[in-house]
Parts: sequence; C-alpha cells; structure tokens
Amino acid sequence: MTDSIIQVRDLVKKFGSFTANDHLTFDVGQGEIFGFLGANGAGKTTTIRILCGLSVPTSGEASVAGFSVYRQSEQIKRNIGYMCQKFSLYDDLTVRENILLYGGIYGIRRPEIRLRTEALLERLSFRGSADILIDRLPLGLKQKLAFLVAVFHNPKIVFLDEPTGGVDPVTRRSFWELIYEAAAKGITVFVTTHYMDEAEYCDRVSIMSNGRIVALDSPAGLRTTWKASSVDEVFVRIARPGINFSL
Amino acid sequence: MKRFLGFVRKEFIHIFRDYRTLVILFGIPATQIIIFGYVVSNDLKSAGIAILDQSRDEITVAVSSAITASGFFHIAAEPRSEAEIDAVFRKGDIKAVIIFGNGFGKRLLTEGVADVAIIADGSEPNVANLVNGYTTAIINGYLTGLMQNGPGVKMPVVPEVKMLYNPELRSHFMFVPGVITLILILVCALMTSVTITREKESGTMEVLLVSPLRPVQIILGKVAPYFILSFVNVIVILLLSYFVFRLPVKGSMVLLLAECMLYILMGLSLGIFISTTVATMQQAIFISFLGLLLPSLLLSGFIFPIEYMPGIYDYISFILPPRWFVVIIKSIMIKGSGLGDIWRETLFILAATILFIGLSIRKFKNRLE
Amino acid sequence: MRTLLYLLRKEFSQIVRNRLIVRAIFILPLLQMLVLVPAVTFEIKDVRITISDGDLSQSSRQIASMLDGSEFFTVTGYAASANEAAASMSKGECDVIVSFLPGFEKNIITGTGSVMQVTVNAINAVSAQLTWAYINAIIRDYSMAMADEAQVVAGQTFSPPVKISTRYWYNSSLDYKYYMLPGVLVILVTAIGFLLSGLNMVREKETGTIEQMNVTPVRKYQFIMSKMIPFLIIGLIELSLGLIIGRIAFGIPFEGSLFTMFLGATLFLAGLLGLALFISSFSDTQQQYMFIAFFFTMIFILMSGIFTPAESMPAWAQNLNIANPVAHLMKINRMVMLKGSDISDITPELKALTVIALLFTLLAVLSYRKRA
Repeated sequence: MTDSIIQVRDLVKKFGSFTANDHLTFDVGQGEIFGFLGANGAGKTTTIRILCGLSVPTSGEASVAGFSVYRQSEQIKRNIGYMCQKFSLYDDLTVRENILLYGGIYGIRRPEIRLRTEALLERLSFRGSADILIDRLPLGLKQKLAFLVAVFHNPKIVFLDEPTGGVDPVTRRSFWELIYEAAAKGITVFVTTHYMDEAEYCDRVSIMSNGRIVALDSPAGLRTTWKASSVDEVFVRIARPGINFSL
Repeated sequence: MKRFLGFVRKEFIHIFRDYRTLVILFGIPATQIIIFGYVVSNDLKSAGIAILDQSRDEITVAVSSAITASGFFHIAAEPRSEAEIDAVFRKGDIKAVIIFGNGFGKRLLTEGVADVAIIADGSEPNVANLVNGYTTAIINGYLTGLMQNGPGVKMPVVPEVKMLYNPELRSHFMFVPGVITLILILVCALMTSVTITREKESGTMEVLLVSPLRPVQIILGKVAPYFILSFVNVIVILLLSYFVFRLPVKGSMVLLLAECMLYILMGLSLGIFISTTVATMQQAIFISFLGLLLPSLLLSGFIFPIEYMPGIYDYISFILPPRWFVVIIKSIMIKGSGLGDIWRETLFILAATILFIGLSIRKFKNRLE
Repeated sequence: MRTLLYLLRKEFSQIVRNRLIVRAIFILPLLQMLVLVPAVTFEIKDVRITISDGDLSQSSRQIASMLDGSEFFTVTGYAASANEAAASMSKGECDVIVSFLPGFEKNIITGTGSVMQVTVNAINAVSAQLTWAYINAIIRDYSMAMADEAQVVAGQTFSPPVKISTRYWYNSSLDYKYYMLPGVLVILVTAIGFLLSGLNMVREKETGTIEQMNVTPVRKYQFIMSKMIPFLIIGLIELSLGLIIGRIAFGIPFEGSLFTMFLGATLFLAGLLGLALFISSFSDTQQQYMFIAFFFTMIFILMSGIFTPAESMPAWAQNLNIANPVAHLMKINRMVMLKGSDISDITPELKALTVIALLFTLLAVLSYRKRA
C-alpha cells in the first residue's frame, strides 16, 4: 500500500523463550479503521505497545506515521493517541482537569482547549457536570470520554486496546459511533478487541492466533473466503480447526 | 482448617516471591545494629578547638600542649582576638575556645589567680558538656599539679567511679534492646497494615469476604506469615548482637523470646487496627511509618531516659508500648530479671494487644453493617 | 515548559484532594514536634542516689547533704550495707550509689586523702557519663574548698583552687530544645518527602496510569520534574512551619538568614527526592518501595548526628556520611539557626548537597524508562 500509515514487516517480540509476536507483517492505510482481532493472550496488546513506542521489538521492522519504532519513538508519540481498557484517565481528577492536562501536553493553546472541551461535552451530552471526578462516572461514559480525550489533539492515528470491555452492546455501539466520527475526520483507527461482532464495523480486520496473523481482509472478504456468516464464525474456524460448523 | 492453611500458604508464597522485600526486611535490623554498634558514639574523638593565648608564656604553652596531646582535641582554628571568636564558631569546625589572659603565668604564681576561661559552642549541648568536662579536667590537673610542687596539700576527697553493668561504657546495652523494640513495632505495623489495605484497595477483600473463609481466618492468615518472619528477625538480631558485640542474655532466653512474641503480636494487631482506619496503601504506610517512627525512637526511653524528661512525659510515654518493652528487654538481657520483676510491663503490652484487636473488630463490624 | 506547568497542575490537584495525606503532611509533623522536642534531653535532674555510709561522720554527712541539695541529684535512701545498696540499684530504686568506707573522715584529717566510691548504673552510657561528670565536679569543688581551708588553718602559703569559668555561646542555658528541634524537623521533612514522592511514582506504576503518560510526547525530565517540584515545595512549607513553631512554642532563635536556610533546604530536597525517584524506578510495588525507603531513611537518620555528634563517628563512617544529605542539612540548620552562620561558613555542606542533588536527579531521569 503506498499510503500506508503503519508498516510492519516480520515483527518479532519475545519474552524470554515465549514468542508473543511471531513474524507479523501487515500494513494499515491512512484513514482506515483497522481491527486487530484475536483471543486473549494472542499477542495483540504486545503489538500495540510496540507500535505506540512503549516496547521495543526483538527483531523486524515497524514504522508508524513514517517514524521507526526503534529510533524515533518520541516522534511517533507526537502523532498518535492511545486508549487502553483499564486506566486512561486519572480517577482522582475531574473531567475538565483530565482534558486540560492532555490538551496542554499536546501543545494545544488554552482558548482552543476551551472550545474543544465545550464541543466534547456537548457531544456526550454532559451538561454541567464537567467538574465531577472520573471515578464517579459509569464505565460506558468513562470509555467514551477516554476515547475523545485520546483524539482531542487530532492525532494521525489513534490506538485503542480493548476499549469497550465490560459494557452492554448498546453502549458499545454508541462508542463505535464516536470511532466513525473520528475516522470521518481522517484519523486512522487501530483497534484491538476480542469482541468479534465489532469486527464488522472495521474496514479491514486481522485475526491473530498464538502470535501469528492467520487472516487479514475486509470483513466481507473473510466471510466469503471462509464461507461463514460472521467474522465470529471465521474466527472459530481458524482458531479451533477441529470444530465442525454446519454450513 | 484446610482452607485456612491453604490461605496461609498462599500468603507465604506471595511474600517469598518478593525477595527484594525479604532482603530488606532482614537487612534493616542488621544495618541498624552495625550502625549503633560501630558508628554512633558519644565519645569525644579529636574535637576541634582553638586556643587564644594572650600570654604565651611557659605555662600557657605547656597547658596548651597538654590539651592537644590528650588525643581528644586538635587545633582547628587560630583566632587572633576575641573579636574573631564568633566568626570561628560560625564556621562550625570549633567546639570550644580556650582563652588564656594576658600575663597568665605571672598572675598565677604571684596572685594565685588562674586567668583562663572557656567559651564552648552551646548549640550542641552534649558535646559542649563533654568538651567542658575534659578541658577543665586537663587544665585543672596540670595547674594543680604545678602548684602541688610546693608545700601543697593532697586533695582531700577523691571520687572514684565504678560503672556498673557496663564498665566499658559501650552503647550496645542501650541500643540493641532499642533496635529490637523499634524495628519490631515499625515493621509489624507496616507490614500488616499494608497487606490488608492492599486487598481493600484492589477490591479483592470483598472477594475474600464472600469466600467460605471467616473474617477472623482471613486476618489471621494474612498476619501469620509476618509473625513468623518477625520472630526469625528477632533471632537474627540476637545472634548478631551476641556474635558481633558479645552482648549476652543474662536472663532466661525462653522468657525473652516469649516476650518478643507477645510484642510482635501487639505490633501486628496495631497494624490491623491501622488498616481499619485507612483506605489506601499510601495512607497506611504514612500513618504507620510517620506515626510510629519518631515516638518509638525518641520517647521509648532507649536513647533519652524517660526519668529526665519533664514530668508530663511519664504520662505520655505511659501509653506507648515500646516504652514498656524497652524496659522488659533491658531487664532480661542486662539485669537478668525474671517474670516476677517485669510482670507489670508484660501486662501492659498484653492489654495494648487486646485493645487494638478489640477496636479492630468493632470497626470491622461497623463496616460490614 | 508549558507541559511542565500542566503536569504540575495535575500533581497539585491530586495531592490536594487526598485529605488524609494533606493532614498527615502538615498536622502530624507539627504535632510531633510540639510533643517530642521538649522530651528529648540528656539534661539530668533528680538523679536518685542511695548513700551507703560506713563512716557516719560529719564529712560524709556533709557531702551527702550537699549532693542532695544539688538540683541534679536527690538522695532517696540510706543503705545499711553495701549489699543493701546493690540490691536497691538492681531493683531500680536508684541510679547511683555513693559509698563512704569506715575511716573516711579520718583520712581527710590526717591528710592522706580519702576515696569516695561512686557506683553509677551505666546501662545508658551517655547519661552515666554525664552523671559522673556532675558528681565529679561537685566533689572536686568541695574538695578544693576543703583543701583551701586546710591550708589557711595550717598557715601555709596560699594554694588557690583553680577556678575555670565556662561560658556557653549561642545556647547559654544549654537548652537541648535548641539542639533537637532542627534535628526532629529535618527527620520529619526527610521521612515525608522520601515517602510521598516515591510512593506517588510507584503508585502510578502499579495502577498503570504511567503508561498513559509514557505514550505522550512528555519528556523524561519533564515528568521527573513534575514528580519532584510539588514535594519540594511541600517540604519547604513544612520546614517553614516547623521553624515558626520552634520560634513561637519554644523560643528557639533564628540568628541567620532565611535565604541561606532555604538554599540549603532546597538543595537537600532536590537530592532527597531525586534519590527517592531513582529508587522508585526499581520498585514495582508500593510495599517494596516502602521497605527500601525505610532502609535508607533509617540509615540517613541514625548517621545524621541527630542525637550524637557526627564528629564522634569513626573516620570511615564520616567519609560515608558525605553522601548523607540529612547529615548536611542537620548541620546547616543548627549552624544557621543558632549561630547565624552564612553561606561562606557552610560552603562544604552546600557543595556536598549540590553534588548529591545533581547526581541523584540525573540518576532519576536516566533510570526512568518511557519504553519497557
């Protein structure tokens, strides 16, 4: 892909004798919503951490927004946003304080921060409770807030690691609306998840199993190739080849 | 019972996996003992002084050499006049200035007046006292010796001192009991309060509470490994003090260990109580460490004798278990006392333990409601 | 730099919200100072003496009543025999036994000189030495006065008692509070600063919020600074409050310049907090950090000269102590507060503190990894 914003070639990450990422090769195009699927422990978080500059690969190549993960991780960080499942916002700060912190860190000026904050609160229908501590909020709202903070500075790419854990499908759906809005603005979205139904929302999806990519295509393409009615089924076929599904 | 033992085993594994903490746990008393035994001392070792000799005659020179030859002092500054003394003190190298007045020798022999004065740096009272004592003794000794060459009279009364229980004036007698007292209560309270609070903070306490284990078993299970660790710690300290400092245990070893176990229990129950009053580990650490460190170090009587504190401290230190335990340990180790001598103090520690456990149970019950 | 300001804003917001800690940081130390400082003294008073008088003469009684009359001693009992006296000491009823053997007065009169046996409970070596020093001085004065008299009576040439006057500067009453308040204050500031900063950092590691920070363009030095500056300010505030309490509650003077004091304190805190953050980069849990902090804090405190002078330590220990920031600040505090020492007087300590501050801060920044 000529305009791929993430390029990974033969990426290997080992922890001692355990290989978490085994020669991964893939591209992510600019503006794509790229789903990184796999069961728990398949190695998804390891990959995302490498791409975010939080971890160094054992071998192989990877570049994000044109910057190498080995030598230019700090430049990568200026161009990305990140949200993970557990701890994206500070529990003991208010909504406003969290936004102010991250907006300021990414160099946005105060008046601009104020404007964008109002827009963000408006989008979430927050109304008047922006000075509430994060740990008072329900989980679904926390997640949406975390996502909007992650894209507050309009990064080129946003990395999401299991962003919708623990909430009901309706809430997850409304979360994905936010993802669509970000993608519409041109932000590339790299999202890992173990919810197979979310795969249907992505432009392209890769499936990881035991540290390897075993499938990479659009959801429709996967369904056709594997003659399945859902990506979920495709996954089961790949991950548990022995199980027979009646077609 | 089986569940309980399984739980205890899990706690043990937890602890031993964190070997860094274990190393520190046993390293702390060891280093403290070494510091107290070899490093901390109140003796005068070559203190810096200055001599302002306005006379410079045979006698003053002789006295000055007597002072510097004593080994306790060395000349660290040479002020040229009284005006310079303040500046010299301010530099901090001098503990005292000895001033010989003009025409010292002559005045001594003709008028019988010794025009010598000492100005000591009072900002360190201990040192000032010692310096004063030593210099006065040296000067006195020399001058009196001078004058006794004539038809003098021998000193009528000569006090002689015998330092009982500790003829070599070693500080270990005070400090080893003190280290045991300080370390045990700090470590026990810290460890238990942190381990219980950790479960509270991460929410796993709720999980434990709904398990078949009863609350009492949970607490006991968490605390049991630390009891054993602390006990081993005591043994290590005693062995160290015996082999490195030749500090014997005059009294019954069994009694000593039993008292230590009681005290450990008290420390653990204090930690439990602290954990019922705080919500996070950080708070537990703060309250345990800050709340106990200085009072145990300074008010328990092992460095600063309680008898010499203003009266009110008899009451304040009354409620501090370390204060009583120091007495117990000192009595057993140094005087060889038996239970008959220290039953009052023992009772107090027992009472403290029961109090902490009682308060904890009450707080715990309130929380459950 | 704007990034640093945003980070500082975050840190302060979090600290202020933690009410228990705020109370612990300010109220606990001040309370402790008020309660502890008056207690920590080696001044002796009413030391209990048991007299074992085998002579029962005028001289022995005179000496006994003289000791009793002194503010330092009080005679609490008379023992009929040496054994009885020994028993009373072993029971803890007295700290000193003064014994006069039969023939005590006779020897004085005949001019052969008499020995007076003083037995001191030396379990606490420091107070034993002090007790002995005082008794020795009292008896010596008495002895000299007697000798003086005897000479006059015998018509011999005047052999004057040698009287040496001692004046104590900066603390004329040798009030231990002047000595201990700076000490206790420094210890509290040390313990709080060490714990607060290190635990804070390790906590972020434990909860994982540090990862969110590592993924941003925030530089390592900015992050470390944001973890040091708030606690440095807090430390300075505590120091100020402590000095105010010293002044108001105990009348402890402040002879020197505030600027000098705060210069020393700032350098000290920079080094201390740098060390704390350096250690925290090796600790995975708060419990681990707590023990390591405990370890270092105790060593620093014990070797700081809090209750025994640093100069009394053996040479090798004094060399090690150059790396002990607490020892330096303790010395600076005492010198600046009580003697009015200025920067030129404390240059060696300031130099040491500067090196420590630079070294540990550098180590803290270098050892922090934004990337695992």
